[in-house]
Amino acid sequence: MRRRDLISPGFLYYALMAAFLYLPIALLIVFSFNDGRTLTFPLKGFTTRWYEQMLGTRELIDALWNSIALGIVSSIVATALGTLAGIGVSRFDFPGKRAFLALASMPLVIPYVVIGVALLLLFKTINPDLQLSLWTVGVGHVVINIPYCMLIVASRLAGFDAHLEEAAMDLGATYWGTLARVTLPIAAPAIVSAFLSSFTTSFDEFAVSFFLIGTESTLPIYLYSQLRFPSRLPLIVALAAVIIVASIILVIFSEALRRVGRPASRTAEA
Amino acid sequence: MIHERRRVAALMLPPALWLVLLFLAPMVIMAAYSFRAGTFEPERSIFTIEQYQKFLAHTAYHRLLLQSILVAFVVSMLCIVLAYPIAYFLAFRAGSLQYTLLTILIVPAWISYLLRILAWKVILGSSGLLNSFLISAGLIREGSPILLYSRDAVIVALVYVWIPFAALPIYSALQRIDRRLLEAAADLGCAPWEAFFRVTLPLSVPGLVAGFFFVFIPTVGEWVTPTLVGGVSGTMYGNIIQDLFVRANDWPLGAVMSLVMLALVLVQIAVFVRLSPRGLSDLAGA
Amino acid sequence: MEYAVELRDVTKIFSDRSAGRDVRAIQHIHLAIRPGEFFTLLGPSGCGKTTTLRIIAGFETPTHGEVLIQGKSMASAPPNVRPVNTVFQSYALFPHLSVRDNVAFGLAVKRVPRDERLRRAEDALALVRLPGQGRRKPTHLSGGQQQRVALARALVNRPAVLLLDEPLGALDQKLRKEMQLELKELQIQLGITFIYVTHDQEEALTMSDRIAVMDRGFVLQVGDPVTIYERPQTRFVADFIGESNFLSAKVDSAEPGRVGVSIGGRRFFAQIDGAPVSPEQNVTVTVRPERLTLHRANGTGEAGLVGAIHEIVYIGTDTRYVVKLTTGERVVARIQNVAGRGLGEYRVNDAVSITWSDRDARVLTG
Repeated sequence: MRRRDLISPGFLYYALMAAFLYLPIALLIVFSFNDGRTLTFPLKGFTTRWYEQMLGTRELIDALWNSIALGIVSSIVATALGTLAGIGVSRFDFPGKRAFLALASMPLVIPYVVIGVALLLLFKTINPDLQLSLWTVGVGHVVINIPYCMLIVASRLAGFDAHLEEAAMDLGATYWGTLARVTLPIAAPAIVSAFLSSFTTSFDEFAVSFFLIGTESTLPIYLYSQLRFPSRLPLIVALAAVIIVASIILVIFSEALRRVGRPASRTAEA
Repeated sequence: MIHERRRVAALMLPPALWLVLLFLAPMVIMAAYSFRAGTFEPERSIFTIEQYQKFLAHTAYHRLLLQSILVAFVVSMLCIVLAYPIAYFLAFRAGSLQYTLLTILIVPAWISYLLRILAWKVILGSSGLLNSFLISAGLIREGSPILLYSRDAVIVALVYVWIPFAALPIYSALQRIDRRLLEAAADLGCAPWEAFFRVTLPLSVPGLVAGFFFVFIPTVGEWVTPTLVGGVSGTMYGNIIQDLFVRANDWPLGAVMSLVMLALVLVQIAVFVRLSPRGLSDLAGA
Repeated sequence: MEYAVELRDVTKIFSDRSAGRDVRAIQHIHLAIRPGEFFTLLGPSGCGKTTTLRIIAGFETPTHGEVLIQGKSMASAPPNVRPVNTVFQSYALFPHLSVRDNVAFGLAVKRVPRDERLRRAEDALALVRLPGQGRRKPTHLSGGQQQRVALARALVNRPAVLLLDEPLGALDQKLRKEMQLELKELQIQLGITFIYVTHDQEEALTMSDRIAVMDRGFVLQVGDPVTIYERPQTRFVADFIGESNFLSAKVDSAEPGRVGVSIGGRRFFAQIDGAPVSPEQNVTVTVRPERLTLHRANGTGEAGLVGAIHEIVYIGTDTRYVVKLTTGERVVARIQNVAGRGLGEYRVNDAVSITWSDRDARVLTG
C-alpha cells in the first residue's frame, strides 16, 4: 500500500469503522480501571480493585473454570468431527454429499434460539427428569461449531493438489497412513485454527447455553445473571475486560494460523 | 471401490451421526411438540392442532414477527451498505496489508457478543458516554433515557455486532474479481467510476447477497440484544419464544412459534442458495 | 515370456451422477507390455489413456477385465501394494516436506532405516541431476526441477514399472525436448518398464519402443513408431500421427499386398495390410504430404492427379502446397526447400499434377 493511499478516503473510512468497532470494547477496558461504582463520565481515578474483587469472587472463578473446561472439551469434539467431515467433503464424492453439506452448514444460519430450544426439548423428551448441566450445554456448543470447523478444514485442503493422497498411496502408504503422513499435517494449521475459533465461540456463548444450563454456570451466564445488580457492574466490566483481551489474543493467533503456508495467496494490486 | 466406501463411511459417519441425532432429531421433536396440548403429562400425550390455532389467533404475535423481520431487514441493509466501502478498500486499495487489516476488522466480531452489547448499554445509557458527551457539549441538559431501551438501540447494537460478518463475503467476492476485467473496461473507454458501476458492482452482487442473508437470517430470531437494550418497545419475536420456554413453560406454543421462524429461515436459505450458489464458500473463504 | 503389465479385455464405465448417465471411459482394452519397454499410450484428450494408466496404478478398478503385473492378478490389490510408481501430471509433491523427505517418502513408509533412506534419496536426486537440493521446499523450485523431484521420488523405490502421466505437459518447448531425451536415456540406463501417457505424437514417436494409439476408449493400433507412422491401420491413426491426405478411390484389381485403384479416373497402386478388398469397392487411399511429387501440368497425357495450386505456406524447412484437384478434393504436398525446389517453384493457380511411389500409398480398411 503506497503512502498516498494512507490518506485516501477509503482508508479513512476503514479507520473510522475500525474505531467504531473497537471503541465500545475499549471503553469497557477503560472503565474496568475506573474507581467508581457507576459507568458514567467523568472517570474517577485509576484502580485495580475490581480485578482483585474478581479474583475473590468464588462463583466467578467457578464459572471461569467451567467455561474453560467446557470450551476445551466441546472444541475438541467439534474440531474432531469437523475435521473428519472436512476431509471427507473435500476429497471424496459420495451419494448424499450435498444433503450432508446442507445439514452441516445449517447450524450456521439457524437462529440460536431455535437450536437451544430444540435441544432442550430433545433432552426433556429422552428423559423428563434429566438434569441440565454443562454436558447438555456442551452438546449445543459442538453443534454450533461443527460447520465452521468443517468449512475451515475443507477450505484449506481444497487449496492443495487433489493428487497428494494418491501419490502417497502410490508410494506405499495405506489410506490411514496417508491421513497421518500427508492429509493431517497439511490441514494442521486449519485444525488448530478451528479449535481456537470453537473455543472462543464456546467461551463466549450465551444464547444457546441459556436454555441448556443447569446449576453450574458458565462465565457468560454468570455475567448475565449479575447484570441486574447495579452494584456488581464494575466487577462485570472488569471481567468483560479480561475476556475481551483474552479473546483478542486467541483470535489473532487463530487467524494467523489460518493463513500459514497457504499455497495460493493473492494480493489485490490494482 | 470397496476401500473407498469404507473410508468415506469412517470419515463421514461420526459427524453425520452427531448432526442427525443432535441437530436434526431435536428439530423433529420440536415439530412433534407443536402438536401437543400441553408441556407436561397428561396433556403432553394429547395430539392436537390447537397450538397452531392459538398462534393464528394471536395477531399480536404476527405483528411482532413482522416487526422483527423489519428490524432484521433494516439491520442487514445498513450492514451491507456500511460494510461495502470497507470491503472495497481492503480488496482494491490495501495491497499487501489487506490480510492484516482484515484480521483487525474480524477480531471484534469474535469477541463475546454479550460483552459487546453490554458495551452499548454503557454508551447509550442515561448516564452513558453519549449522554455525558452531549451534556458536556451543552447540547442537552440532562441524560436522555430514550437512547437506550428502544428499537433503535437494538438496531444500532445489532449493526455493530454484524458489520464484520457482512464485510467478509463482500470482500471475498470483490477479491475474486479478475483485475484484467477492469483493465478491459478502461481500454474500452470507462472512467474509474463508470468501471465500478458497470463491472465491479455487478460482479460483487453475489457477495452482497451473501452478506445480506448472513445477517438477516439469524437476526430475525434475536432475543438477547432486545433483552439487554431493547426495553419494551424493542421486544422481538425471539423474546416471546424465550419467554414461553423459560417463564411460561408453554412448550407446545413455543414450538409452534419456533417452527414458524424455522420455516421462514429455510425459505430464505432456499432463496439465497438459488441466488448465490457460491455464498457458503464466500463465508469461509476469506 | 512374462509380460511386465498385461490388460485383458479391460473395460471401465463411470457412472456420472451429475450427467445422469454412464461414461464408457475405456472398452475392451488388450495390452501386453514387455519388461524393459518404453511403452506409450497416445491419443487426444478424452481417449481414455489416463484412465488406463490409473487402472494400472490401482486408483481405479476395471468394470470388466483383468489387470496383471508381472504375471500376478491385481484384482484385489490397492495402489500401495502394487510394484508400480507414478509420476503425476501435476507432480503432487508434498508441500509440507522437504525435497529430500519427498523423495524418501516411499522408503519411510516401508520403514527403511534412516541412513539408508537418506543415502538412496540423494542417489535418486543425483540420478535426475538435482544433487544437493534435498533441504529445499518443493514450492521454491522451478517447474522443471519439481518434475525431476517427482521422478526421483518414484524411481527411488525401484519399481518394476514406472507410470508417467503427461509429465512434460507443463514445461516449455525447449525444456520438453531436453527432458524427452533425458527420460529416454534414463529408461535405457535403468532398464525399468516405462508406461508413458501423452497426446503429443511427436513426443511419442521420439521416445517409444512401442505406441498404443487410443481414441474414445478404444485401442486402435499398437506398434513401434516406424510401423505406426508408415503403416497406419485406420483413418484416425493416419490422421493423428503426422499429416495425411485422404483420397476417395475405387478398387480396380486386388493382388496380395497391392491394390490397383482408380482415383479421379486415373489408375494408381497402393499397399494394403489387413482385410482384403474386392473390385468396385469404395475405399480411402492415404498418402503423406512429404511423399508426394509435383509436376507442371501441360495439358494432356498426364500421369498422376491433376489440379491447381490453391495455397502456398512457407514453413522454413518445407513449403506446403495445397492443391485443389479437378475432382474437387484437396491435397497437401510438402516439398523440401532445397536446391531450388520448394519455395518459389510454383505459384497460386499453376496447373500441376501429383504422383507418388506405389510404396507410399496405403489403402485404409478401418
